[in-house]
Amino acid sequence: MIEIDAITKRYDENTVVDNVSMVIEPRTVTVVVGTSGSGKTTLLRMINRLVEPTEGMIRLDGEDNRAIPGHELRRRIGYAIQGHGLFPHRTVAQNIATVPGLLGWEKSRIDAKVEELLTLFQLDAKTFGPRYPHELSGGQQQRVGVARALAAEPNVLLMDEPFGALDPIIRAKAQEDLLAIQRHFGTTIVLVTHDMNEAFHLADKIAVMDKGRVLQYGPPVELVRAPAAPFVETLIGDTERPFRLLAIAKAGAAAEPGDADGEPIHEDRSQQEALADLLWSGRNALPVISATGVPMGRVTLEALLKHAARPQ
Amino acid sequence: MRIRFDKLGIVIALIAACGVFFSAFAVLKPNRILQGQAKTILEALPAWAGWGLLVLLAVATAIALFRMSPWLKLTAAAAALAALTIAIGYAASFLTPAGNSYARVSPASGFWILLFAFALLAADALTRLQPPPWMRVLFLAITGGGIALLLISGSWDGLSIMKEYGGRADVFWIEAGKHVTLALGSLFAAVLAGLPLGILCHRVTWLRTGVLNTLNLVQTIPSIALFGILIGPLAWIAATVPGAAALGIRGIGAAPAFVALFLYSLLPVVANTVVGLAGVPPEANDAARGIGMTDRQRLFQVEFPLALPVILTAIRIVLVQNIGMATIAALIGGGGFGVFVFQGIGQTAMDLVLLGAVPTVALAFAAAVMLDALIEANSRVPNGVSAA
Ligand SMILES: Nc1ncnc2c1ncn2[C@@H]1O[C@H](COP(=O)(O)OP(=O)(O)OP(=O)(O)O)[C@@H](O)[C@H]1O
Ligand SMILES: [Mg+2]
Repeated sequence: MIEIDAITKRYDENTVVDNVSMVIEPRTVTVVVGTSGSGKTTLLRMINRLVEPTEGMIRLDGEDNRAIPGHELRRRIGYAIQGHGLFPHRTVAQNIATVPGLLGWEKSRIDAKVEELLTLFQLDAKTFGPRYPHELSGGQQQRVGVARALAAEPNVLLMDEPFGALDPIIRAKAQEDLLAIQRHFGTTIVLVTHDMNEAFHLADKIAVMDKGRVLQYGPPVELVRAPAAPFVETLIGDTERPFRLLAIAKAGAAAEPGDADGEPIHEDRSQQEALADLLWSGRNALPVISATGVPMGRVTLEALLKHAARPQ
Repeated sequence: MRIRFDKLGIVIALIAACGVFFSAFAVLKPNRILQGQAKTILEALPAWAGWGLLVLLAVATAIALFRMSPWLKLTAAAAALAALTIAIGYAASFLTPAGNSYARVSPASGFWILLFAFALLAADALTRLQPPPWMRVLFLAITGGGIALLLISGSWDGLSIMKEYGGRADVFWIEAGKHVTLALGSLFAAVLAGLPLGILCHRVTWLRTGVLNTLNLVQTIPSIALFGILIGPLAWIAATVPGAAALGIRGIGAAPAFVALFLYSLLPVVANTVVGLAGVPPEANDAARGIGMTDRQRLFQVEFPLALPVILTAIRIVLVQNIGMATIAALIGGGGFGVFVFQGIGQTAMDLVLLGAVPTVALAFAAAVMLDALIEANSRVPNGVSAA
């Protein structure tokens, strides 16, 4: 659990982060969004004390993050910096091995970890391990940057626009991988992004920042249903609202008893995907099956439309 | 097949022609001081050797003149250089009248011009081949080995420079040792002091300008003046600090030379350390802190390796500079190859000057090649630093 308690950062007279308080639950994904210069990076860097706050306090699992030396704190917290920040004089494998090395892991354990992570990020360990960062594409560099942040299996992972340079296909894949890793290790992730689709796809909770303040902090549904400020509404986008609602709800949640023809949809796909299927195939209803393949009834166009409508 | 000329080849051919047709190959002097008689290649060598050398030089020049594989050019240059160096030794024994131990034969301008022309060809071919660092060191070793072989075989013994050496072989090696100790020792001391000073200047901004300006100022003091300035303080230290004199610290001799070379070396080392550290990508530094390196770990694992090529460049500059400047040390009794240079000037014996100058140049050249190779081997990421 990360408790951010009335944290403020000023550079001279310029207040960059302004009295922010929020509680980040363990094993969740929190996404911070906001315009450029709104203080997202600064907020993130105060968690691992790359930036020392002017006022306020941050507690990790109840313990003040100033209780141990900064470098020890940072070894426990994974950090993928904005732009990959790989060490140009070290190979991909050596880059990923950095933190385990600092922690004094055994060589065999480090090697196994490096290989596991490279494979996880779809980089062949034999091909990419010995390469230098400048021999990789921008997207590959970013994935290595994230892999390096994950190497020591941290409980908390801070990510600053980690997927900015990825094409849509790789980006979607990287997001899935991240969620899988998060579930597997139970990592608490705080991620900064400019991409609202990414935010809605990944987030358990979203924090919207503007001019150093957190305007709203809550689950994605809440942001759509009850935006706390006009800025939040603008950020989500008028024309996007119904689709955002469908995007964050599961098909299974709209299932009702009944039959339908054609290709079934998995319960854990989003309602947006169910709607797309219905519209594209010109049908009114789709069969829904559970993850194990058991029929769960159907999803109707009518039900989806109701879900997408403005909450009363 | 269209024949195309190589631009540099034309220049090389002109220089070589100059060396063959308008300058003498060797000079025969009645003794080590008097003016001598100039001899062309055909006069300086028996007919078969003279013509043989001319034909070989002509072929090598032709290869230089046209666009051909760099390997062929390198081979031609190597053959021409080897032939020239062997021929000059042969000319010496051929020209020296039998039983005359006063007569001296030395290379004349034509020899040096030809040597320069084909060295240029070799350098050009090497630039085009872009051999990896280890291969350049190998070429250097082969060249050194070849020269050593010529020296040991005695085929140069007739040359005046070797006669000068023959008379003072013991002193030569003692002075060589002093020269190298002076050049390397002052470099070592400068690195030992300059690196921490550079790191300090990088971290502490207000210190930077002051230190660099002071060192810049030192650099502008002429060496003779610096020796003069140092005599006083060092003599005082020798007289007052117990044990200093026993360590060899005196107003004149090796100590002021060492201190002067050390001071001159400091600026390149400190300045390049500062520049190198400033050139480390900020993202790499940020990431290093972000993943939990301490300041010391960041210095040794990230900043230092990334700045190393720039620092090595400074060490290369300093080493070559020191090998050259150590010659001046002889002026204040510091020893080194300069001893022969200044003795030679005093006696107007050019051969003795060469005995001091040639090893100095060879040493500086070898040091430059080896350090260049070391620098290249250490910058595996040619674009990485700026692209990251
Ligand atoms: N070291 C610093 N000194 C002074 N001002 C700073 C410093 N670091 C950041 N700022 C200022 O703080 C503000 C917030 O910066 P921050 O990097 O947190 O923004 P951000 O939300 O991450 O923006 P982006 O989306 O562009 O990355 C900016 O106006 C920036 O100029
Ligand atoms: Mg930022």
